[in-house]
Amino acid sequence: MVTKLKSVDVVLVGFGWTASILAKELADAGLQVLAIERGEFRDTVPDFATTHIQDELRYAVRGGLFENLARETLTFRNSFDQTALPMRHLGSFNPASGVGGAGVHWNGQNWRFLPTDFNIRSHTEARYGKNFIPADMTIQDWGVTYEELEPYYDKFEYLCGISGQAGNVQGAIQPGGNPFEGPRARAYPLPPLKRSYATVLFDKAAKEVGLKPFPCAAANTSQPYKNPYGVQMGQCTYCGFCEWFACGNYSKSSPQTTILPALLPMDNFSYRTLCDVTRVNLDSTGKRATGVTYVDVQGREFEQPAELVILCAFAQHNVHLLLLSGIGKPYDPRANQGVTGRNYAYQITSSVNVFLDNNMNPFMGAGALGQAVDEFNGDNFDHGPLGFIGGGYIALWTTGGRPILQQHGAPEGTPKWGSGWKKSMQENYLKSASVATHGSVMSYSGSYLDLDPTYRDAYGNPLLRLTFDFHDNELKMSKFVTDKAALIAKAMNPRSTKINYREGHYSILPYETTHNTGGAAMGADPKTSVVNRYLQSWDVSNVFVMGSSVFPQNPGYNPTGTVGALAYWAVDAIKTKYLKNPGPLVQT
Amino acid sequence: MSENTRRDLLRTTVIAGSAAVASWLEPRAAVAEPVSRRPVASRNFSYFSAPEIVFIDAAIGRLIPADELGPGAKEADVAFFIDQQMAGSFGRAETWYMQGPWKEGIPEQGYQLKLTPAQLYRVAIQGTDDYCRRTFNQATFAELGVGDQDKVLHGLEKGEIELVGAPAKEFFAMLWQNTNEGFFADPIYGGNRDFAGWKLIGFPGPRYNYVTEIEQYGKPYALPTVGLMGRNESAVRKG
Repeated sequence: MVTKLKSVDVVLVGFGWTASILAKELADAGLQVLAIERGEFRDTVPDFATTHIQDELRYAVRGGLFENLARETLTFRNSFDQTALPMRHLGSFNPASGVGGAGVHWNGQNWRFLPTDFNIRSHTEARYGKNFIPADMTIQDWGVTYEELEPYYDKFEYLCGISGQAGNVQGAIQPGGNPFEGPRARAYPLPPLKRSYATVLFDKAAKEVGLKPFPCAAANTSQPYKNPYGVQMGQCTYCGFCEWFACGNYSKSSPQTTILPALLPMDNFSYRTLCDVTRVNLDSTGKRATGVTYVDVQGREFEQPAELVILCAFAQHNVHLLLLSGIGKPYDPRANQGVTGRNYAYQITSSVNVFLDNNMNPFMGAGALGQAVDEFNGDNFDHGPLGFIGGGYIALWTTGGRPILQQHGAPEGTPKWGSGWKKSMQENYLKSASVATHGSVMSYSGSYLDLDPTYRDAYGNPLLRLTFDFHDNELKMSKFVTDKAALIAKAMNPRSTKINYREGHYSILPYETTHNTGGAAMGADPKTSVVNRYLQSWDVSNVFVMGSSVFPQNPGYNPTGTVGALAYWAVDAIKTKYLKNPGPLVQT
Repeated sequence: MSENTRRDLLRTTVIAGSAAVASWLEPRAAVAEPVSRRPVASRNFSYFSAPEIVFIDAAIGRLIPADELGPGAKEADVAFFIDQQMAGSFGRAETWYMQGPWKEGIPEQGYQLKLTPAQLYRVAIQGTDDYCRRTFNQATFAELGVGDQDKVLHGLEKGEIELVGAPAKEFFAMLWQNTNEGFFADPIYGGNRDFAGWKLIGFPGPRYNYVTEIEQYGKPYALPTVGLMGRNESAVRKG
């Protein structure tokens, strides 16, 4: 039996970064807003206290803040001639469950995409010719430009109290910043973090090989900060427990540290936890959402009517819900028709281990404490002779030295276990670092999400099925950028280096990144996108979709900065355009 | 809070209580004195049988041996750590998707066994000892010389040894992963005894503030090792 509840103005599916932004902005506009979250409520006090949060086994290894796959997972295969099998435990990526979402356990590596990332197809065709793009590569322009998003990037950065060095303020290149970034209206709200020894060595080495290193923009506060919502953060202490952990020190930007103290007291906002949204309900025309259905922790089913339904779950969960609810035509790769599930993409990473003579104290760090170069990202270099599209940044991060998962490998020839391994751990743990590459992944006709024909979740719904592999374009690009990383690593004058190229097929384990994108791509053409430039469903105009699920392909940067900017961009359109005249914001 | 943490907290509370009682009977200095731990042999194992513990101690003693650099996994109580993990939610695969149908996949599809980690240990320990008895004149793994033990472990690692009921490679990967965890996890989980793993590599434990030290390039960190329960972890675990 389904219990029908009293209608609200806005229902948000999930209560992480994007839901928190939308909730605050829409509640400020006077709307009755409800967020429905599948996980538990959690906050800095008491859940993230430093007396227990710095527990590598519990949080990083066993995934104490991650989603529980017993109820719901996805199935995976490399190509559609294979049978997809369930991801039995987390590996390649770590989505969250619970209030704050993955914004609780991220590192805080905050980037803007390049201006040319947003018009990659038209830009690539103009610079290199139409034939430069492989036939099965389905990249497309976003339908929104960097210039349009700039004020919203700024808004997210000032929400978070980002620590960084501007590279381009209103067209003027700033010394020490990233000279390749798009113009920004003003500098970051806080100066860069202090530098670790290894990042200083990287900086020197990168300059020696003719590159322009800069401090990475960090959602870890270099100084105390009060944001525009009046929420106070404290200075980061470089404890080295950011990613996979929550911050007990109010120093890593998250919904808890930047929005919830201002949002939760509002009378016109409420949330329900331990409730799984299973459907977006549509009326008989299929053109209008009437609300959502959810199941609570006791297994009771509820119908929550709403005027506006906004999907704010993690990337692939939004796509799963769209497919289960019949919103947008499901993508069929064989017929090359449909949109929902199309253009799934990911990230391609590699690393070079550096073994040095001096003591690096790797356990002192912060999630976004890094020094990077951007010469080989996006279209910052001539791709013509290289024969691939895309690129990536090269960075030396000192995120921490947790001993189980952050061992930084061992020099070539070290035994995998036994006395030889032990000796290497003793000799190298304090004296190693890792130069990482972080590259783009283009979208392809064969990389997509759909519903699995065999496996089911706890409610009997089909699991999401992921079909994805690395393509030659990405492997070639990654090799190119990794070789550049190796040049910097060598210039650090190490005892030895070990290059870890990304090779072969994509694998569902071990961990790579939680940068899953696409499946609900945005764009200017309803034939190739699920949502329009305002993140509004083309088919059901009172449904909006947030998060990296709307990326049409994945540029060479971490996604959160753009996820935050798009949330502010979309909610501004809702407030200033949609509420005045509910209906499609872009005419087809 | 995990079951282990809660249990250890309870133990700490009990210890603190008895220490308070003792304090007016004895000179104050005695209170701070670490109490020696119970010998490994008398630990209350929760999941593994005595012969299984003998196997695990022998195997992890080769994976991370005691040598001139210090204690190995056996001395760091990693067998007890693995036992507690198998008795808990990880051993039962509580957060894993464990619905069928079950099929063998390609390596890129990851773990596809119907066995939970705890079941995998049980089946594979039996299988490895059976293999050793067949191959080494009725000797179990623990009864072999270290050279033969290393050969068997390499055979499991490469999947060259066929075990009845479980793939050797998957078992070795799980055993190595858990050994590594037990050597380097906070001592509240029962391994890393006396911070053996952390002291080996120079990790000072979960300290909170490096605002000054992070800019002292190359300088060794001076303060002693701490765990989540403080500096002297042996005091946490007694009783």
